[in-house]
Amino acid sequence: MKKIEAIVRTERLEAVKNALADNGILGLNVTNVIGRGVQKGITYQGRGGQPVTVDMLPKVKLETVVKDRDVDRVVDVIIKAARTGNIGDGKIFIMPVEEVIRLRTGERGEKSL
Amino acid sequence: MFVESSASVTGAILAQAKPEVSSGDTAWILASAALVMVMTPALGLFYGGMVRKKNALSTINWSFIMVAVISLQWVLWGYSLAFGPDKGHLIGNLSWFGLSGVGQEPNPDYAGTIPHLAFMIYQGMFAIITPAIVTGAFAERMKFSTFVVFSLIWATIVYDPIAHWVWGVGGWLRGFGVLDFAGGSVVHISAGVSSLAAALAVGRRRGYGQEPMEPHDTTMVVLGAGLLWFGWFGFNAGSALTSGGLATSAFVVTNTAAAAGAVTWMLMSLVFGNKPSVLGMASGAVVGLGAITPASGYVVPGAAIAIGAGAGVFCFLAVRLRSRSRIDDSLDVWGCHGVGGTWGMLATGLFASKAVNPAGADGLFYGNPMQLWIQFVAVAVVWAFAFGLTWIILKVLDATMGLRVKEHEEEIGLDLSQHGEAAYRM
Repeated sequence: MKKIEAIVRTERLEAVKNALADNGILGLNVTNVIGRGVQKGITYQGRGGQPVTVDMLPKVKLETVVKDRDVDRVVDVIIKAARTGNIGDGKIFIMPVEEVIRLRTGERGEKSL
Repeated sequence: MFVESSASVTGAILAQAKPEVSSGDTAWILASAALVMVMTPALGLFYGGMVRKKNALSTINWSFIMVAVISLQWVLWGYSLAFGPDKGHLIGNLSWFGLSGVGQEPNPDYAGTIPHLAFMIYQGMFAIITPAIVTGAFAERMKFSTFVVFSLIWATIVYDPIAHWVWGVGGWLRGFGVLDFAGGSVVHISAGVSSLAAALAVGRRRGYGQEPMEPHDTTMVVLGAGLLWFGWFGFNAGSALTSGGLATSAFVVTNTAAAAGAVTWMLMSLVFGNKPSVLGMASGAVVGLGAITPASGYVVPGAAIAIGAGAGVFCFLAVRLRSRSRIDDSLDVWGCHGVGGTWGMLATGLFASKAVNPAGADGLFYGNPMQLWIQFVAVAVVWAFAFGLTWIILKVLDATMGLRVKEHEEEIGLDLSQHGEAAYRM
C-alpha cells in the first residue's frame, strides 16, 4: 500500500475529488495548508493601492492510501484534474504504508482500505 | 448649536414664554443618539477586521469599552467641561458635574425644543466615538490599562475643550464664526491628528514592514462601514437638533457624500492598484462621511458630491503616502479622519450657503472668502492642540505606566495576553 499526498491548488479541489470518485477512490482527507514552492507568491492590494506580496500561499493537501497496483492510475487522475500548466500547480508525494486497520471491525490489510 | 439653527432661534423666542418640548424633535434626537451610539461598536468591526486574527477581539473591544468608560466620564464631568457655563472662552466650568441642573426642561442656549438631557446624551455619543477612532493608530501593540487611562485623559483635556471652543456657548471658535455642523474639527480632525501623534509616540508594531499585516477579515470591515454609514444619519441629520427641513437636508447630503466617497476611492484603487478594492470602497464611504460632517448642515447635494469625491481622492493619496512612510498609523486614522476632516472643514468654507441654513454663513463660492479663513484658523488650531497634547499625554504615560505590551505579548497577540480570551477558537 502507498500513501499519496497531493498538494494542489484550492480551486482544483472539486475537480480532483470528483475525478478520484469516478475512478473508485472515495476515501480521502483534505487539509487547508499554506506553503511555499517555486511560485513567487501572490500580490494583494493594500488600502492605498500599494502592492502587498504574500509568499506563503493557500493550497489544499489531499491524502489517500491506495493499493500498490492503483498508484500510477491515481497519480494520473490527480495530475489530469489538478494541472493548469502554470507555476504553482503543486506536488505529489508517495510513501509506503505499513499497515491499515479498520477501527469498527479490527480488520487489517488492503481489504480495510 | 452646531447651528444655532432655527432650533436655538426658536428656543430664544420660546424662552421668553416657557420652553416647550417638541415631541417630534425629541423623538428624532433620541433616535439619533441611539444611531450614533451604534457607530462605536460598528467602528470596532471596521477596525477589528483590519487587524490580524490574534488581535481581533482586543481591537473590537477598544471601541466597545469606550461606550462604557466615556459614558461615565461624560455624565460625571465631561458634559460640564464641554457645554457647561463658560470660563474664559476656553472650557466649561464644573457646575454641571454629575448632570447637576441638567434635567427634562430644555436649555434654550443649545436646543430649545428638546429636554436638556436629550441634548446631553446625544452629545455624549460624539464624545464616546472620538477616542474610539484614535484606537486605530496604536492597534495590535498598546497595553489595555494604559489605553483606558489615556482615553479618559484624552477625552477630558483634548476632546472636551475642543468641543467647548467650537460648540459651547462662549467658546472662542464658536464666537469667531467657525462652521462645524457635526464635528469635522471636534471629532475627525481631533481624532485623526491625535492618531498621528499616537502612532509616533507608541512606535511601530514589531515586524512592521517586514512581515505581512494584512486585514484578517475584510467582510467584517465592510459590515462595519455599512453600519457606520447607517449611524451617520444620526450623527449629521441629528445635529440639526430639530426634526424638520434642515435635518432632512443634512440626511441627504450625508448619503450623497458617502456615495461619492465610495465610488471615488474605488476608482482610485482601480487606477493605482489595477483592481477595484472592496476595502477601498468601504474606506471611501467612511471618508466621504467624515468630510461631509462639518458641512452637512450648510451645503446642497451638488456640493456633497464634490466634498465626498474630494475626500476619496485626498484620503486615498494620504493613505498611500503614509503606507510608504515608516509611520505605523496602523489603520490609517490620520489619512482617513485627519485629512478627511480637514478637507471637510475647508470645503465648508467653500460651499456653505445661507440658502440651506440661514443660521450658518456663506462660503467662498457664495461670495464670502472670509469664511474660508475662519475655517482654516479652526483647522490649524485644532491640529496643533490635538497633536501637541496627545504627544505630551503619551510621553507622560510612557514614563509612568508604559505604552506597549511586552515583546512576547505582542507576538502572541493582545487577545490572549491582555484578556486571556480569543476571537476565534478554531
